[in-house]
Amino acid sequence: MKNVNALKRVGFLGLAGTAPLFRKEVLRFWKVALQTVAAPVLTTLLYLLIFGHALQGRVTVYEGVDYTSFLVPGLVMMSLLQNAFANSSSSIVQSKITGNLVFLLLTPLSHRAWFLAYAGASVVRGLAVGLGVLLVTAWFVPLGLAEPAWALVFAVLGGVLLGALGLIAGLWAEKFDHMAVFQNFIIVPLTFLSGVFYSVHSLPPFWQSVSHLNPFFYLIDGFRRGFFGASDVSPWLSLGVVSVSVLVVSALALSLLKSGYKIRH
Amino acid sequence: MSAISFQQVGKTYGKTSKAFTALRDVSFDIEEGEFFGLLGPNGAGKTSLINILAGLSRATTGSVRVQGHDVVADFATTRRLLGIVPQELVFDPFFSVRESLRIQSSYFGLKRNDDWTDELLTHLGLADKAEANMRQLSGGMKRRVLVAQALVHRPPVIVLDEPTAGVDVELRQTLWHFISRLNKEGHTVLLTTHYLEEAEALCQRIGMLKQGRLVALERTSTLLAGAVSTMLQFKTDDALPAELASLSRVTGRVVQVPASDALHIEQVLGQLRQAGCRLEDLEITRPDLEDVFLHIMQGANA
Repeated sequence: MKNVNALKRVGFLGLAGTAPLFRKEVLRFWKVALQTVAAPVLTTLLYLLIFGHALQGRVTVYEGVDYTSFLVPGLVMMSLLQNAFANSSSSIVQSKITGNLVFLLLTPLSHRAWFLAYAGASVVRGLAVGLGVLLVTAWFVPLGLAEPAWALVFAVLGGVLLGALGLIAGLWAEKFDHMAVFQNFIIVPLTFLSGVFYSVHSLPPFWQSVSHLNPFFYLIDGFRRGFFGASDVSPWLSLGVVSVSVLVVSALALSLLKSGYKIRH
Repeated sequence: MSAISFQQVGKTYGKTSKAFTALRDVSFDIEEGEFFGLLGPNGAGKTSLINILAGLSRATTGSVRVQGHDVVADFATTRRLLGIVPQELVFDPFFSVRESLRIQSSYFGLKRNDDWTDELLTHLGLADKAEANMRQLSGGMKRRVLVAQALVHRPPVIVLDEPTAGVDVELRQTLWHFISRLNKEGHTVLLTTHYLEEAEALCQRIGMLKQGRLVALERTSTLLAGAVSTMLQFKTDDALPAELASLSRVTGRVVQVPASDALHIEQVLGQLRQAGCRLEDLEITRPDLEDVFLHIMQGANA
């Protein structure tokens, strides 16, 4: 009986409290959805209109795939990744700076519960923005869904990877400036240079090899596979690279949370 | 079993060259049901000690137990036992008062906690602010919400870190009324405060910290009884003679001079007369906690 009560308190693997924190993190961005969901959807549509118009017919992509159609999944994934990152990182850094992280620090939640809740909320925000872009573009850009399972797998893994990166950045950053450094010098270049706007096959060999070192390339390529049934590399290779990246980044985020890096002194 | 047990707690911030030692070998126990006051000047280590208890920071040496559970090894249990009101006035601007309390309850696995949170809101004078966003509240109201948030899970051990700093008289009254009631119902209370009259009125036992060391640990009544002398208290606008000025405690116009017996009192009055001081509201008083506090803090300098 004692063990049953103990389990009830801390939950399986110490995961008690995950669901409430996850709900709170979702509520946090949903309350300001105009800024956290609608605004990034609009920004992405502007990219689509401008790049689609400027580059239509000038960039070689897949056989029989119109450039604007090719661009849509890339932009969906890019907005998904950037918003998943923004969700966990801004939540942690804001709570740290305003001091209200203390409410969470005083609870019995384990580092695993923190991780799952923040990463989970990042996935939800990323998917909300990504779906928003897809829904709005659906009525003026023709787009099939050849292998939907791949699209879903890479969307979720991308959300987890960037949610975990956002956690690390949020823990590391001591002010909003630090956050901007992480966002502008790491996240944005990695997403822009991952083949959102082009197929890496159109690049010179050197830049093709460089692109293959970028884990975000595999996320976008794998995600596109879901729409066109064609991709620059095998989706299984992409799945492997992305899974390893998720594991490494998650392990780092978990260990920082466990040690209380910059939050428990 | 003690409600809280500090065992040889030491805390050093930073590495070798710039290291700062906030706590040195602090050991004491707080018993179940006690109302305990932790006093000390700014920087004495009070908040460092409470942060270690709360799990907001880790002790460099020693250990802390809450009802027998170690605050590091068994943090999930100790954080359920503790209700901590942080010193800083913090809040989550995204939520209303009620939402904040619901969210805090949910972290402790409490899904249907509205009866208790309504009671908290009523007792803390927040009932009409329940639906207001945290941003719209005044500082005093935010402070009340902090207290409510710390108590959502009905913790048996309540820790208040300077809860009345910068707070109006009404809230101080409301707060002490409510906390005293919880103490009578069996909750242990650990309080740090700068208002010594509060500590004197509320706390059964008092510990004093100075430069990270525990320099006093006594029942409040024993501390007051052991104080060296009675006090001669009066008001004046004139300058005190030099030999008295160094001994006296001056608060605005009010002057208090330690005077151990009738002869001593006569002596002091003689010095004042010679210096031409005009006195008002002259009285002989018992020493209060502030006198004891100052005496101990000066003595511990040695």
